[in-house]
Amino acid sequence: MIKFTIDGMEVEAEEGQNVLQVALDNGFDIPHLCYHEALEPYGACRLCQVEITRGNKTRLTTSCNYPVLEGISVQTGTEKVIKARKMVIELLLARSPNVPIIKELAEEYSVGAPRFTLGDDDCILCGMCERVCREIVGVEAISFLGRGSNRKVGPPLEINPQTCIACGACVYICPTDCIKVEENENERTIVRWGRTLPMKRCKVCGRSFAPWFQLDYFGKITEGIPKGFWDKCPDCR
Amino acid sequence: MKSINSPQELQKIREEIVGRRNPEKPCIAITSGTSARAYGSEKVIETLRAELEKQGLTEKIDIRVTGGQGFDEREPLVIIYPQDILYQRVKPEDIAEIISETLLRNKIIDRLLYTDPKTGEKIVHKNNIPFYKMQTPLIFGNNSNIDPTSIEDYLAIGGYSSLAKVLTEFTPEQVIDIIKKSGLRGRGGGGFPTGIKWESCRAAHGDKHYVICNADEGDPGAYMDRGLLEGNPHSILEGMMIGAYAIGSDEGYVYVRHEYPLASENVELSIEQLRECGLLGEGILGTGLNFDIKVSGGGGAFVCGESTALMASLEGKAGEPRAKHIHTVESGLWDKPTDLNNVETWANVPLIINKGADWYRDIGTEKSKGTKIFSLVGKVNNTGLVEVPMGMTINDIVYEIGGGVPNGRELKAVQTGGPSGGAIPASLMDIPVDYDKLKEVGSMMGSGGMIVMDDKTCMVDIARYFMNFLKDESCGKCTTCREGTRRMYEVLDAITQGEGKEGDIELLEELSWIVAEGSLCALGQTAPNPVLSTIRYFRDEYEAHIKGKHCPAGVCKALITYSIDEEACTGCGACKKACPVEAIMGEKKELHKIDPDKCIRCGACIAVCNFDAVKVV
Ligand SMILES: Cc1cc2nc3c(=O)[nH]c(=O)nc-3n(C[C@H](O)[C@H](O)[C@H](O)COP(=O)(O)O)c2cc1C
Ligand code: SF4
Ligand code: SF4
Ligand code: FES
Repeated sequence: MIKFTIDGMEVEAEEGQNVLQVALDNGFDIPHLCYHEALEPYGACRLCQVEITRGNKTRLTTSCNYPVLEGISVQTGTEKVIKARKMVIELLLARSPNVPIIKELAEEYSVGAPRFTLGDDDCILCGMCERVCREIVGVEAISFLGRGSNRKVGPPLEINPQTCIACGACVYICPTDCIKVEENENERTIVRWGRTLPMKRCKVCGRSFAPWFQLDYFGKITEGIPKGFWDKCPDCR
Repeated sequence: MKSINSPQELQKIREEIVGRRNPEKPCIAITSGTSARAYGSEKVIETLRAELEKQGLTEKIDIRVTGGQGFDEREPLVIIYPQDILYQRVKPEDIAEIISETLLRNKIIDRLLYTDPKTGEKIVHKNNIPFYKMQTPLIFGNNSNIDPTSIEDYLAIGGYSSLAKVLTEFTPEQVIDIIKKSGLRGRGGGGFPTGIKWESCRAAHGDKHYVICNADEGDPGAYMDRGLLEGNPHSILEGMMIGAYAIGSDEGYVYVRHEYPLASENVELSIEQLRECGLLGEGILGTGLNFDIKVSGGGGAFVCGESTALMASLEGKAGEPRAKHIHTVESGLWDKPTDLNNVETWANVPLIINKGADWYRDIGTEKSKGTKIFSLVGKVNNTGLVEVPMGMTINDIVYEIGGGVPNGRELKAVQTGGPSGGAIPASLMDIPVDYDKLKEVGSMMGSGGMIVMDDKTCMVDIARYFMNFLKDESCGKCTTCREGTRRMYEVLDAITQGEGKEGDIELLEELSWIVAEGSLCALGQTAPNPVLSTIRYFRDEYEAHIKGKHCPAGVCKALITYSIDEEACTGCGACKKACPVEAIMGEKKELHKIDPDKCIRCGACIAVCNFDAVKVV
C-alpha cells in the first residue's frame, strides 16, 4: 500500500497505479480526455494537470501518467492548475470548436471564445483509438502519422487499413465522437478510416451480425472454442 | 590487426606502430569530412595521390586524410608536416604546385595561405591563425593527428590506454568517482552531471544494463558531433567502453542520424576493427569485461534526439517522448537501466581518465568544467567548429576566434542553444559561457550552437523563424506543445506581416507559459525560449512592429518601404533595369523614383545600386 494525500486528504493506492485513477476513485474531479483505465496512460491531452509535491519540489504535471509514490501531496485545484487547464481548453477549443465535450469543458471553466483562428478538426489527437486498437484489439490498424501541426491519426496509407476488423472499439472510445460507423444488412463501414467489410449472417436466425473478416480474426486468436461458434450470432449461441 | 589480449600487448603494439613512424617524414594532411567534401576534397585527394605516383614520391611523402578540423569556412585544408604549413581552399589544380614548390623546394605558396582580415597579413602556420590560436582543442584537436579510418593512428596517439588503465587500476566505483570528481556534465543539452548518471545507472536493479551514445544531432546548424564521429570515432567508442565497465553494461548502441552517412560509416568501420582485434567482445584485454556496440540509424526527426524518444526509436517504435517520472537510468531501453550520453560527453571520458580529475577540474568555471565545442555560424567571419574552455566570453569567441562580424556591420545578438535556446543581446557579450550563466540570461548551452546576428536582423522575425521550426518538429503528442507552438508561430507571423495587435506580447507570454509548463518533454518545455528572450531584450522591436507598423531592422517586407535618396541618385538606371516588376521610373541621368504600390520589396535595386541611394525605412 502506498499512502499519499490529495488536496490534504489521505488516500491509499496500490503500487503501479497512477495518480489520476486514484483521484477519480476517491471522488476528485480532474478533467481528462486521453485517459481510460483499460489503456496505458499516454499523457497527450495535457488536461489532467495537477500540482504534485515530491520531497521539497512542487511542480505542475499531468496526473494520468504519474505513478503513485509514498508521501507525495497532490493539489488538484490551485490557481496554477486552473490556469493551465483553461489554457489547454482554449487551445483545444480553437482546434475543435464544434466538439460537444470540449464546448462543455469551456463552459465549465468559463473559457470564452479562443483568441486564435478557429480550426474545424473534430479529432483532438488523444490517441485513444490507436491504443485501444493496438492494446486491446491487437490489430494495430491505425497509428499516428506525421508530426507537429501535421499530426494525424489514421491507417498507414490514410485509407482502408488492411488489418482493421471493423470491430468499432475506436468508435466506442473516441471522446469527441468523430469516428462514425455505418451499417446495413450487407456491410459495415468505419467511415473515418474508409474501411468497409461484408457482414456474415447467423446460421440460426439469418440475421447479419458481424463482418466475416472480424469473425475470422476472432477464430484465429481464440482457442478451445467449439467449431461453429463464430457462425452464430450472440443471441443464438 | 592481430588480436590484442592484454594491456601489455596493447602497449607493445603501440610501441611498434610508433617505432615504425618517422615524425620527420613529410606528410600532407587533407581534411575530408562532410564539409570539406562539399568543397571537393575527394577530388583533391585523388589528384594528390596521382601526382605523387607520377613523380615517384609515394614512398617519400605520406598522405593523411583527416576528418574536419573545424575551420569549415576554409575547406578543404591542406596541412604540411612537419612544418605545420596550412593551405586553405585548396583545389585539384593547386596540387602539383604544392608538391613541387612546398614539399620539394620548401617554398611557401602565398596565394593559398590564410589572410587575417583584420591585419591583411598572410599566415603560414596553422597555430598562428587567430581562429586556432585562441582555442583549447582537447577533444577536437586530435582530428588533425589521425586518419579516422586507421585504428593504428588512434593507437599511435595513445588510444585505448585509458581503457587499459581503467581495467587494470580501478574498480568500476573508482571510475565513477573520477568522473564525478572531474565535474563533467552532459554535452547533449541538459548539462546533467555524468558521474551521477553513471552511478544511478550502475545502482539500478536489472540483469542487463545498456549504454547509448546519442549522435542524433538534430539541431540545425550544429555539427560538432558529426565532426567528432567522422574525425575521431575511436575516442567516442573508448569513452563508451569505459562507461560500460563503470556501469556494468555489456551492450551499447550508437544512435546516428540518417543524414550522417560518413559518420556512420566511420563508426561502423571502427567497431569492426575493434572486434577484429578483440577490443570488443568477450574478455576484453584479458579482463572480465564483455562489451559490444551496435550502430543504429536515427529516425530523422529533431525530437528523436530526446532520450526517451531515442530509446523508443531504437526499440523500433515511433520516436516519441514519454513521461520520465521513472528515469531512464532505471528503466530505459527495453525497460532496462540505460545510460545515455552525448557524443562529446563520451569523447571527454578517455581524456579525464588519462589526465586525471584534478587536471580536468582546473579547466572551466566553478560549475562547468572542461571545454565545449561550439558551432559558430551566422554573421561571423570565421564560421566553423571551435573548442574553448568553459567560461570564455561570447565576445572572445565571436571577435577573437570568429574574427567579428562581416562587412563592418554591428553585432546585435547571439543565439545559443539551438532553436530552443535564447538570443543574447550585444550588451551581454562579456558573460562567461557556461551552463548556468547561459540559463541565467534566458538561453541555454544546448548542444553548442552559436548563431551570430548582425544589426540587419529582425528579432521578431528570428523568433518567428525558430517557432516555425519548432512547430514542425514537435512530435505533436502534447496539446500544449503542438497547438501552443503553432499558435505562437501564428501570432509572430501576424506581427511580422504588420497585423500585430495590442496585447500580442502578453498573449505570447501566456502561450509561452503553458507550452513550457504543460508539455511532456524538453522540446516543449524549452520551445518558448526564443520568444521569451527576444521579448526580454528586444521588446521595443516588438512594439515598433505592433504599434508603429515598422520593422526597425528593415527585414519584414510588409513593414518597410523602399525609396531613392535624391542626393545620392546619379540617374544611372541600374535599379530600373534590375526591378522585376517595373516599379522604378526615371529618365537617364535624372532622379529615379520607386512606386510603393508596385514595389514587392525584393531588394534587387539595393543590390545593384553603386551609390547606396536606395533606402529602406
Ligand atoms: C528535442 C530534443 C532533442 C535532443 N537532441 C539531442 C541530440 O541530438 N543529441 C544529444 O546528445 N542530446 C539531445 N537531447 C538531449 C537528450 O535528451 C539527453 O539529455 C542527452 O543525450 C543526454 O546526454 P548527456 O547527459 O551526455 O548530455 C535532446 C533533447 C530534446 C528535448
Ligand atoms: S479519432 Fe478520436 S479517439 Fe482517435 S485520436 Fe482522434 S479524438 Fe482521439
Ligand atoms: S513536448 Fe512536444 S515534442 Fe515533447 S512529447 Fe510533447 S508534443 Fe512531443
Ligand atoms: S488525461 Fe492525462 S494528459 Fe490526457
